[in-house]
Amino acid sequence: MSRPFLEVKDLTVRFETDDGIVQAVTESNFSLEAGKTLGIVGESGSGKSVTSLAILGLHRTRSNAKVSGEIWLDDQELVTATNDDVRALRGGKMAMIFQDPLSAMHPYFTVGAQIVEAYRVHHPGVNKKVARERAIDMLARVGIPQPARRFNDYAHQFSGGMRQRAMIAMALVNDPKLLIADEPTTALDVTVQAQILDLIRDLQEEFGSAVIMITHDLGVVAELADDVVVMYGGKIIERGPAVDLFQRPQHPYTWGLLGSMPRLDRDVRDRLTPVKGSPPSLINLPSGCAFHPRCPYAGRNGDRSFTETPVLGGGVHAVACHLPAEERTRLFQEEVAPNL
Amino acid sequence: MLAYLIRRLINAVITLLVVTLVTFGIFFMVPKITGSDPALLYIGKTADAASIEGIRVKMGLNDPVLVQYGKFLQGLVAGRDYANGPDVTHCPAPCLGYSFKTEQEVTPLLLSDLPVTLSLAIGAAVLWLIMGVSTGVISALRRGSIVDRAVMTGALAGVSLPVYFTGLLSSAIFVYWLGWLPPSNYVPFLESPAEWFVQMLLPWITLAFLFAATYARLTRANMLETLGEDYIRTARAKGLGERTVIGKHALRSGLTPIVTIFGLDLGALLGGAVLTENVFNLRGLGYQALQAIRGNDLPVILGVTLIAAFFIVIANLIVDLVYGVIDPRVRLG
Ligand SMILES: Nc1ncnc2c1ncn2[C@@H]1O[C@H](COP(=O)(O)OP(=O)(O)OP(=O)(O)O)[C@@H](O)[C@H]1O
Ligand code: SF4
Ligand SMILES: [Mg+2]
Repeated sequence: MSRPFLEVKDLTVRFETDDGIVQAVTESNFSLEAGKTLGIVGESGSGKSVTSLAILGLHRTRSNAKVSGEIWLDDQELVTATNDDVRALRGGKMAMIFQDPLSAMHPYFTVGAQIVEAYRVHHPGVNKKVARERAIDMLARVGIPQPARRFNDYAHQFSGGMRQRAMIAMALVNDPKLLIADEPTTALDVTVQAQILDLIRDLQEEFGSAVIMITHDLGVVAELADDVVVMYGGKIIERGPAVDLFQRPQHPYTWGLLGSMPRLDRDVRDRLTPVKGSPPSLINLPSGCAFHPRCPYAGRNGDRSFTETPVLGGGVHAVACHLPAEERTRLFQEEVAPNL
Repeated sequence: MLAYLIRRLINAVITLLVVTLVTFGIFFMVPKITGSDPALLYIGKTADAASIEGIRVKMGLNDPVLVQYGKFLQGLVAGRDYANGPDVTHCPAPCLGYSFKTEQEVTPLLLSDLPVTLSLAIGAAVLWLIMGVSTGVISALRRGSIVDRAVMTGALAGVSLPVYFTGLLSSAIFVYWLGWLPPSNYVPFLESPAEWFVQMLLPWITLAFLFAATYARLTRANMLETLGEDYIRTARAKGLGERTVIGKHALRSGLTPIVTIFGLDLGALLGGAVLTENVFNLRGLGYQALQAIRGNDLPVILGVTLIAAFFIVIANLIVDLVYGVIDPRVRLG
């Protein structure tokens, strides 16, 4: 049996800090087929960015970071690969779009020059003129008007939406097979957000890339993702096909996220009811199920939720919760769904 | 860019005008406060009333303040004549008046000191820029290592030890104890470049040590901040090698603030490095300034002040222009 296009196995990322060891990602397992979209959701600090940076091997330059587990991209293992091998893939076979395009672009180089640079690292033989044409072509394809003129502009001269488009052009310039978008629309206003998401979807179809869409907005996931991973406190607590996850969510935290999802048919005032309580400390994770301090059902399993860490089962739709499956189904149908 | 350039130029001119106003103000006010008479200072206390009045007329000390300031400005820009009837003395531009002590024209006096100060400041600047920036960058890249700690300890010593201490100590060691260098005795570059170099070595190193320390700390801090920027992560995410990431992307922004400080420091030093010049017996502007202050030689003090201010304003202007070139956000608004 051949491996999926991307397979992440037991990925664990720790940071040694002055305050202690930050357990940013713990034994994470997921996979993604070529051309498909995986949504990673979770609130701030749940380890989404750390996961994606691990795939790109960007923790390697941090001396305090420890990454273990396996990351297979197209049958190549990346955690144990050499720095040069990973670098050859970065920006080539796998590329990334960041949250805040203004700070993610160099202020002293023109947008065009930065795209040209990205192209030429992976096409060393190509001369400047050809690379320039390629960059302008990419700017045009992401919908930037007058691309030849904007080529010479700096990031600060672009509007937020145009900047993110330019960032996308830079990420796609080498035809990556995997595109990681880390909250690509958070810094943008709502109408622009929709445009950028449409753009990513169109380009994905055109280029046939697999996409990891990181967000804390379940609406985005519902729109784009084939599969979804829900993270809490550095761990995956639910994982499955998007359809299943939205129709039969299994984890109490996922229920909370669904409850906080903005919906058009609801009054603005009670649209957003974020999950009560605050995210756990990654230096001192709560014992047992990390979600137990915020979980309304924690007491239903005797002491298990407080002492025993639930494991994410295998299978297509997996969940890490001690509640028996039938109980969860009943709770969702009778108590949760009617209020969504 | 042109608009920015013109704005900066106008700014510089206005600043220079303010500087002349302040210097003139001091020149005018100090004798009033100390109760001394400039005419007496020029001619000596033994003079009779008639010749004192003659000096007063010749120097224009009886004119209204504004007229005096006007003539002062005119002297700076176009030169001026000091006249008492047929007795005319021409002082060519830029006229800074006459020394109370030697009755020499101040301008040529200071101009003859300038090469010494230039030698000291520029040589030291090259040295500290290379030392400070390179050690700062290495420290940042090897943060927390032994090299980093050694550099930062050295830098702490550098910023906390005064020049007269390090200067005297290094003289004691290299000149008197080891005998590697001759006792200080400035030799003009044109006379003998080799001797000039040997003579300047200790002053350069002493002065550069002080500044290199500050620059190393500053460079390290800037580089560390830059290395944490999102666009550095982007550069790595593109697949660029560390050499390009550091050498092109990080240095470009990490060193930009150094340009400002460097311009201002060099500008300030060109007006005379008072301590270093005096420790090493270098007869530059700083040495001259100290002599003038000791001897109450007001015109010379003001001359040095004006020259120093001039260099600082010009340095500022150059820094602004360079900044416009390297930072598009400044240039394009
Ligand atoms: N270099 C680092 N050193 C120490 N801790 C780190 C480092 N990078 C990330 N962390 C910690 O790891 C945790 C997970 O961070 P991560 O950026 O993955 O969160 P996230 O899910 O992307 O959140 P957000 O939605 O805010 O982007 C955070 O608590 C963060 O403080
Ligand atoms: S294991 Fe217990 S605390 Fe954790 S989500 Fe399930 S019910 Fe809640
Ligand atoms: Mg993040």
